[in-house]
Amino acid sequence: MKLNLNQTQINRCRARAKTIADTIQTFIDQSTTVSVERTILRFLSIDGVNPLDVPYVNVITDHIIAEADLSLGVAHYLSLAIEDTGLTPQEIAQAIDQKQLSLKPYQTKTHPNHSLLYPTIEEQLNRVNKQRRIREKTLAENPKKSTPELYVIVATGNIYEDIEQALSAAHKGADIIAVIRTTGQSLLDFVPYGPTTEGFGGTMATQENFKLMRQALDDFTTSHQRYIKLVNYASGLCMPEIAAIGALERLDMMLNDSLYGIIFRDINMQRTFIDQYFSRLISAYAGITINTGEDNYLTTSDAYEHAHTVLASQFINEQFAKNALMEERFMGLGHAYEIDPNLENSFLYELAQAELSKAIFPNAPLKYMPPTKHMTGDIFKGLIQNALFNIVAVTSHQSIHLLGMLTEAIHTPFMSDRALAIDNATYIAKAFKDFSHEISYRPDGIIMNRANDVLHQAETLLKTIQEEGLFTTLEKGRFAGISRKLNAGKGLDGVFKKAPSYENPVMTRLIERLKEGNHED
Amino acid sequence: MKIRPYGDTLNDGKIQLSFTLPLPCNAHGEETAKALVQKMGIHDVQIVHASPLNATFSFYIVYGTTHHQIDPTTITVTEIDSDTLTKSEIEAFIATHFDRPITFIGASTGTDAHTVGIDAIMNMKGYAGHYGLERYKGIQAINLGSQVENETLLEEAIKHNADVILISQTVTQKDVHIQNLTSFIELLEAEGKRDDFIVIIGGARINHALAKELGYDAGFGPKKYAYHVASFAVHLLKQKKDA
Repeated sequence: MKLNLNQTQINRCRARAKTIADTIQTFIDQSTTVSVERTILRFLSIDGVNPLDVPYVNVITDHIIAEADLSLGVAHYLSLAIEDTGLTPQEIAQAIDQKQLSLKPYQTKTHPNHSLLYPTIEEQLNRVNKQRRIREKTLAENPKKSTPELYVIVATGNIYEDIEQALSAAHKGADIIAVIRTTGQSLLDFVPYGPTTEGFGGTMATQENFKLMRQALDDFTTSHQRYIKLVNYASGLCMPEIAAIGALERLDMMLNDSLYGIIFRDINMQRTFIDQYFSRLISAYAGITINTGEDNYLTTSDAYEHAHTVLASQFINEQFAKNALMEERFMGLGHAYEIDPNLENSFLYELAQAELSKAIFPNAPLKYMPPTKHMTGDIFKGLIQNALFNIVAVTSHQSIHLLGMLTEAIHTPFMSDRALAIDNATYIAKAFKDFSHEISYRPDGIIMNRANDVLHQAETLLKTIQEEGLFTTLEKGRFAGISRKLNAGKGLDGVFKKAPSYENPVMTRLIERLKEGNHED
Repeated sequence: MKIRPYGDTLNDGKIQLSFTLPLPCNAHGEETAKALVQKMGIHDVQIVHASPLNATFSFYIVYGTTHHQIDPTTITVTEIDSDTLTKSEIEAFIATHFDRPITFIGASTGTDAHTVGIDAIMNMKGYAGHYGLERYKGIQAINLGSQVENETLLEEAIKHNADVILISQTVTQKDVHIQNLTSFIELLEAEGKRDDFIVIIGGARINHALAKELGYDAGFGPKKYAYHVASFAVHLLKQKKDA
C-alpha cells in the first residue's frame, strides 16, 4: 500500500464509527418527520399543488397535524380513507383541500389495511427501478473514463438557461452537471412545483426542472454517446422528498449529508438524521450516488489543522450509508483542497490527504472539492491553484472531480469560466495520466508521515465521539467549530415520535427489495 | 500629467480583455469581437485566441491599445480616515476608553450562503494570519453565520445590546446584495434604530464609497482584516461616546 497505513488502526476507526452511527440509528428508528411522511405520499403518486401553490402532499400532512395526530403515520389515514371512500390518494388530497373530506375520524380507528397502498407503492418503486436500469445500461454501452469524472455546476436561476449552460459544458467535456439550488431552498419545508425561471445563486429543485434537464442531457447522450450525470440536492428540510423525485426522474447523484445541514444550515439534528436515513434508503435503491459535505468543514476551519475532522466524518458517513443498505460504490464521500497556499509544502499535505481518503475508502467514488477559501480575485493565480488541485485529483485517483473556477469568490461562473476549468482539468488529466503508477512515496517522508498523523488524530476524535455520543459532539462544536443544540434549529417541529402502531410501508418495501438484493420488477 | 496603461513602454496603452460572444467561433465571430473592442476606444486590436464554447458561443482573448488617457490627480477616493491600530493597540484602546466589552454582531445576510467573509473577520482563527475579533480582549464577537434575514439580524443585535453590526456579502448575483443592503438600512430607520449601532459592511465587491452611498458607516473590501474593522469601529464608538 502506497502510504503504509496501519490496517488495524483503520479497522478500529470503522468499528468506532459503526457504534456512533448505530447509536443514532436507535434514535432514528423511533421517530418520523413531516418530510418522511410527505415522501410516503409521493410514493402513493400524490402530485401537484393546490390553487395557492401548496403541494398536495403538504396539504395532507398539514391537515393531519392540525386535525389529528401525525405520529400514527400517513399510511394509517390513507389506508382507512381509501377503504372508506373508494377514492384514490390524489382524489383524497384534493377532497381534503376543498374541505370535502376530513381524516380526523380515522384517528381513533385501528387496523388500517395497508395492502390497499401496496399496489401504488410497488408501481412507483418499479418506476425507480426502471430508471436505474436505464442508467446502468447506458453507462455500460458508453466508454468509461480512467481519469476522474469532471463535475461542473450551473446556477443561473432559470432552468432553460441552465440547460444551455449544461449542454455547453457537456460539449466541452464535463461528465457531471450539478444544478445548484436557489439559496434558501434547503430551509423550505415544501418542494416547489413546476418549471422555474427565477432564483438567486441557483435554480429551484422541482420535479419538472429535474425532468427538463434530464431530457436535455439524455438527448446529448444519444447524439454524443456519452452519458452525462445529473446532480441535485437531497438535503435541507425536504431531504427524502427530493431523494424520491430524484429517483423517479433519474438523477445520478445527490448531495446528501445531515451533518452539513446541521452545521451550516442550522437544521435540527433530530429532524435531519431521521430524514437522511430514509433518503439514503431511497438513493441506495435507485442507484444514486450520494455526495457528502465534509469538504465544507475546511472552508470554516483551517484545512491543515482540522484535516482529521474530515476523515472522522467520512468514517461516520460511511456507516450511516451502510445502515441505509447502500453499496460502497454509491458513497461519494467528500473532501477538499483548502490548505492555505502560503503554507510551505501545501501541495504535499494536500496529496497526503487525498491519497489517505482513497486508501481508506478504495471502493467509494470520492468527491473532491476545489480551492474556494483561498481564492482571491487574482484569477491568474486562481488558475494555478486549480491546476495544482487537478494534479492531486488525477494522481490520487479521485472519482468525482469538482472543477475549480478561476473566478471563485467573484461571481457565479460565466460560461467561459467553466470552459477554462474544463480545459485545465482535461489537459492535466492527459499530462498526468499514468503519473501515479510511476511514483511511490518515501517511507518517513512528509507525505507518509502526514497521512499517518491525520489517521491517528481521526482515531482519537472518533474515540471521543463514541464516548460522548454524536449529539454531544455536535453540541460541543467539534466539526467546523460550530455548535448546534439537540433541541434547537430549523425543522424540529416536524419531528414526531412514532405511535406503537406506526408503519411506513414504503420503507418496509425498500428494505425488503434492497435485502433481496435484486431489483426485479 | 496624463497616463495610459503600461505594457512594456510608458504610456503604450496596452490592455488585455477576454469575453464570450453568443456567436459561432468563425471569421465572422472574430470580426465582430474586434469591432466591439474598437468601440471601447481600443485600437490595434489583436484577437490572440478564439475558441468555441459550443456551437453557438465563442470565447476571445484580445490585446489592444487604448485611446483613452487619464489624469490621476483628478481622481479622488473616499477612504476611511481613522488610524489603523494593531490588535494589541485596539485592546489597549478599549481598556482605556470603555469600561465594558464592545459587542460586535455579524452575519452574511439575505440569500448569501457564504461565510468566508464574516468568518475571516469574526472567528478566532481570522484570515491570512490576522486573528479574528473573537480573539480580541474586550470584544465580544457574535457570528450568526449565513443566510440570516435582515429582521433576524436586527432582533439579535437588539437582544445582545450590540455596539457594532457587521454584514458580509460574498458572492452575489445580478446585484441582489445592493437591494439587500439597502433594505437593512431602511429597516433600521423604520424601527428608529439607526443611531443605536455602528453598521459596517464588507465583501469582495464592497468599498467604502458604496457603503457611504447606501447609508452605512463604513465598507471594507478585499484585503481588509479584523484589525481594520475594529480600528474604525472603536474610534467611531469613542467619538459617539464623547459627543
